[in-house]
Amino acid sequence: MSKSEILARIRNSLVDVTQDDPVLDVPVDWSYGQATAVAEPVQLFIDRVIDYKATVVRAADWAEVPGLVAEVLAQAGATSLVAPAGIEPAWLAQAEAAGIELERDDPPLSHQRLNDISAVITAAAVGMAETGTIALDHRADQGRRELSLVPDMHVCVIGTDQIVTDVPQAMARLAPSLRQHQPVTWISGPSATSDIELSRVEGVHGPRTLHVIVVG
Amino acid sequence: MTTIALPHPTRRLTPAPPAGDLLDTPKFPKSVKRYLGNSQLRANLRHATGTIRAKRVRVVSELPNWEQLRQAGEAIKNRTARHLDSYLEQLEANLVANGAQVHWASNAREANRIVVELVKAKGVSEVVKVKSMVTQEIELNEALEAAGIAAWETDLAELIVQLGHDRPSHILVPAIHRNRSEVREIFLQEMKLYGRAAPKDLTDNPPDLAGAARAHLREKFMRAKVGISGANFAVADNGTLVVVESEGNGRMCLTLPETLISVVGIEKTVPTLEDLEVFLQLLPRSSTGERMNPYTSMWTGVTPGDGPQEVHVVLVDNGRTKVLADPIGRQALRCIRCSACMNICPVYERVGGHAYGSVYPGPIGAILTPQLRGTASAIDQSLPFASSLCGACADVCPVRIPIPELLVHMRHRVVDERKRKHIGLERAIMKVGGWIMSRGSRFGAVEELAGRARGILRKDRLGPMPWPGSAWTNARDLPLPPAQSFRAWWKSGHTDNPFTANRSGEGAQP
Repeated sequence: MSKSEILARIRNSLVDVTQDDPVLDVPVDWSYGQATAVAEPVQLFIDRVIDYKATVVRAADWAEVPGLVAEVLAQAGATSLVAPAGIEPAWLAQAEAAGIELERDDPPLSHQRLNDISAVITAAAVGMAETGTIALDHRADQGRRELSLVPDMHVCVIGTDQIVTDVPQAMARLAPSLRQHQPVTWISGPSATSDIELSRVEGVHGPRTLHVIVVG
Repeated sequence: MTTIALPHPTRRLTPAPPAGDLLDTPKFPKSVKRYLGNSQLRANLRHATGTIRAKRVRVVSELPNWEQLRQAGEAIKNRTARHLDSYLEQLEANLVANGAQVHWASNAREANRIVVELVKAKGVSEVVKVKSMVTQEIELNEALEAAGIAAWETDLAELIVQLGHDRPSHILVPAIHRNRSEVREIFLQEMKLYGRAAPKDLTDNPPDLAGAARAHLREKFMRAKVGISGANFAVADNGTLVVVESEGNGRMCLTLPETLISVVGIEKTVPTLEDLEVFLQLLPRSSTGERMNPYTSMWTGVTPGDGPQEVHVVLVDNGRTKVLADPIGRQALRCIRCSACMNICPVYERVGGHAYGSVYPGPIGAILTPQLRGTASAIDQSLPFASSLCGACADVCPVRIPIPELLVHMRHRVVDERKRKHIGLERAIMKVGGWIMSRGSRFGAVEELAGRARGILRKDRLGPMPWPGSAWTNARDLPLPPAQSFRAWWKSGHTDNPFTANRSGEGAQP
């Protein structure tokens, strides 16, 4: 059995380790989950997201979201939109009234159907200012992972109270979801590659355009 | 007219990689010759490594606590390695509790057998793959091909390499040695043989090339039943795997198929979820020089109603426990495969990755490969010497691996092994040298003799010499000893300065 063989080899290799408690054996000098010094997290978040060639629109309050969703989709020329089952229905009303074909991922749509839809709208779990990263923990208002991946355009709505300074604070906020075995996806701009002569191309397999609506 | 029937080669499912085994690569000083002469390759490498270096410096200097992050990364990885057995058992228990099936593989053959059997059990003839170093290390694609299963690489650079019948030359940008017009040729010729053809009017503009890859791979993603990935991190206390990527091909492979098989080197383990905050800052800034990579996926076994409903994790040793047995050498296991060391290495920048005869090139490859594979082959014996020991790699390493120290350690090991086997010329010279230097009078006599050579030869350095001297003088001049040794000058009352005296003496010569 390879498991016992590998574990035995490891133990034989570590005869020099005499302290059984890993924490006492190797101290880690790091305080976890700390905020970093960022003066204006929301503004920095917006700047950094724009840096990745995503577009950002700012809503003063949640009442503005339906109008902005319709506007963003119209400007991008989207004709169809898919939404997770748990999304706030009010966000979609104006887009639908404007003639955008709306599909709910309930029951779950096939890969092929998702591939034919032009855009997806989701909420978010956490935003990271320093890196301009959006984290999804794929709860009902964000939908399963495939939903925010296959359509070519992603519209993501995030509240300013969801924006933290940096990665450590974000991990602290995401850990409960991860411990409940939710998958988590971090998104920093649209998909990109630098594989050909290191020339950056935005948009490969994931959504080629990312629109972020920051609320509050 | 008669036609001669040529033996039909066995039809392959995927493009054949170059013939030959990486282990048969000649020793490093010999293998580099082929690449040093390739001016296109050298221009590509110079441009690519220079660009990434500049980006890395910019984003690293943004973080005031970069050094603390590096120290934390180092400590966490040390903690993991020194208690790897208990962390692996914890990882397995948490994976199983979350619906994943865990398999253990002590070597490449076993890992490949496990994956092939899992794929066969699903009754499919193709899989989609996320870029993964360990699956390259175990040569999984060829094992699948031999079993009648096509493995499709989906990272753009890996696709270029696969369709180009080529090997990766860098761990982060594997097609760094190809330029845009070569990529266009490869896509036009090969895509149509394995799926959706590239558009006939394809230009060599990178966005067009990326678009062709998107269209070619999209149909493969849509129909794939089995995905294969590696993992950048495996979190012991929660059973969470993490994949860090840019293009979204990783997310496709991790989400769309019904079955996911992740092949994970045992050293990828980290103790807790919280530890990820350290590595998810260190890795993107060190590797692509970005504040954050476009996409990071974290998943914990099976999530009902979301993504693959059958999840396998294959934990691979393949030499890692051997590395762990050496308390100095084991530091190489901290590596998070960022590639900062190769981007900054003056040797790598000039020769590229293929010269190293391993899927792990550059400074980290020079210390890791001979530890993983052992030092039986010519290339593995020479890799620890593939460095000028300048130390730049250690300065940029996000987990503070003292690469030069490990290079010297591995050189020592190689020399010791050689000594045990045979008495070579080098060792004989060293023995004589040791005898001379062990007593002052002997050393003084030799110095005096050597000083006379300058008078006889009437020059201050030796240029190209015939064999065996050529082994040294082909690459550098040999300076001759001064006419008067320090010892002699000291005895003579040392009133003048022998060095300036020497210089003026030389200057007087026509």
